[in-house]
Amino acid sequence: MVAYFSEIYNGLISLFIGMGVTFKEFFKPTVTVQYPYETLTMADKYRGHVELIENDEGKPNCVACGLCARACPSGCITLAGEKPEGAKKKVLTRYILDFTRCSLCGSCVESCNFNALEFSKEYNLASTRKEDFIFDLLQRLEERNK
Amino acid sequence: MSLTLLNVIIAVVIAIAFAALNAAYLVWAERRGAARIQRRPGPNINGPFGLLQPPLDGIKLMAKQLIIPGGVDKILFIAAPVLAMFPAIMSFVTIPFSDTIVAKNMDVGILMIFAFASMGGMSLLFAGWSSRNKYAMMSSIRAVSQAVAYEIPMLITTITVVMIAGSMNLMEIVHQQSSSILHWNIFPLLGNSHNLLMPFSFLIFFVCTLAETNRAPFDLGEAESELVAGFHTEYGSMGFGLFFMGEYANIVIGSCMTTILFLGGWGCPFGLFPGVWWFLLKLYILIATIIWIRWTFPRTTIYGLLNLSWKILIPLSLFNLLFTAGLIKVF
Repeated sequence: MVAYFSEIYNGLISLFIGMGVTFKEFFKPTVTVQYPYETLTMADKYRGHVELIENDEGKPNCVACGLCARACPSGCITLAGEKPEGAKKKVLTRYILDFTRCSLCGSCVESCNFNALEFSKEYNLASTRKEDFIFDLLQRLEERNK
Repeated sequence: MSLTLLNVIIAVVIAIAFAALNAAYLVWAERRGAARIQRRPGPNINGPFGLLQPPLDGIKLMAKQLIIPGGVDKILFIAAPVLAMFPAIMSFVTIPFSDTIVAKNMDVGILMIFAFASMGGMSLLFAGWSSRNKYAMMSSIRAVSQAVAYEIPMLITTITVVMIAGSMNLMEIVHQQSSSILHWNIFPLLGNSHNLLMPFSFLIFFVCTLAETNRAPFDLGEAESELVAGFHTEYGSMGFGLFFMGEYANIVIGSCMTTILFLGGWGCPFGLFPGVWWFLLKLYILIATIIWIRWTFPRTTIYGLLNLSWKILIPLSLFNLLFTAGLIKVF
């Protein structure tokens, strides 16, 4: 008989405790990020696809040495450069990143001695065509500077 | 007020509008409330605070095709959603919202509401039986056993209140509690009852209301994780819409009854400004509690459900009935 009533009593109390928990949660602020309207800033160490770093004049820091292309285990990077008349360094003319094969290992960024490559914070990548993921980084840099 | 045809039509239109509006916006309140408890924003795209969500949902449901699957029992299949909505609207006829706002004050108001409330179980049975779907069948068996199990303690508790009030007229029951908050039937001291167990009666009645309206944590009838959607698995379009509206209308009626029987109806706790707003305030506090309960507790098992009714609620309510009868005899 005592067990019967104590079970009812304890059950009832636990129900009220549970309701207390949800009551407190009700007044806490929401934590949802409403994605298309709001976005979180990505962490510093977030690895998007690589992007060229520009110098003060808006030109890439890259000197087209080709170390990144050699460091890449998947052969994602194709680049070309030329030496204009009277200039000291080579100038980058083409930098193609095949992102379909990239695994974001970061060997290219590590191998670069000229502070010319960085990870971007780009994560909104979706397409139905493979060609959309073959990026012309030089063109992207120009578009960024427009 | 004479009972002319015009009066009747106006009353019916108001009742349907009240039920439909409540059903629509309780869904909104439920979704927003659930979201707040789970720290989400809830529907907030359509209109300010998502307030246009219910009418848009309604339009969507009405625009959909009404599919009647092959092999169903057509008459029962079509009758079931109507039967879910109709008793709910009928019950509004005799519920008094204030001294003046009542469609038809009946001497047997309580009896009528419970008579129509028990028809609700029938619509679930019809829907489950006629759907030719094992999940719907299982769900309707559960829902009916639940409705039968919880009607008993609910009615016994109601009889307790009726014995205290000495009347089945809802107006009369409210008038006896209207002096102050301490005269409410939930509190035992100053009212007619002198019964210290009245708060427990209130709890029993409230739990039975949850179970009778198939609300969580007693929503075994539409346990979506086990039975797809329960008895309305095969329903789409407005057939489903009617079930949904019926469910919310039943919640409103259950809360109305709790307010009238235990919380003094439209009486103010302090004797100030009695009127319909007190009734609505108490009504919506109760409904908010029901929503709050739904998003707090997980669904019970069918054994837990039936054990609660047959082993706890029925003995306690019976004891309370006898105790109250004895007290009435003594005082």
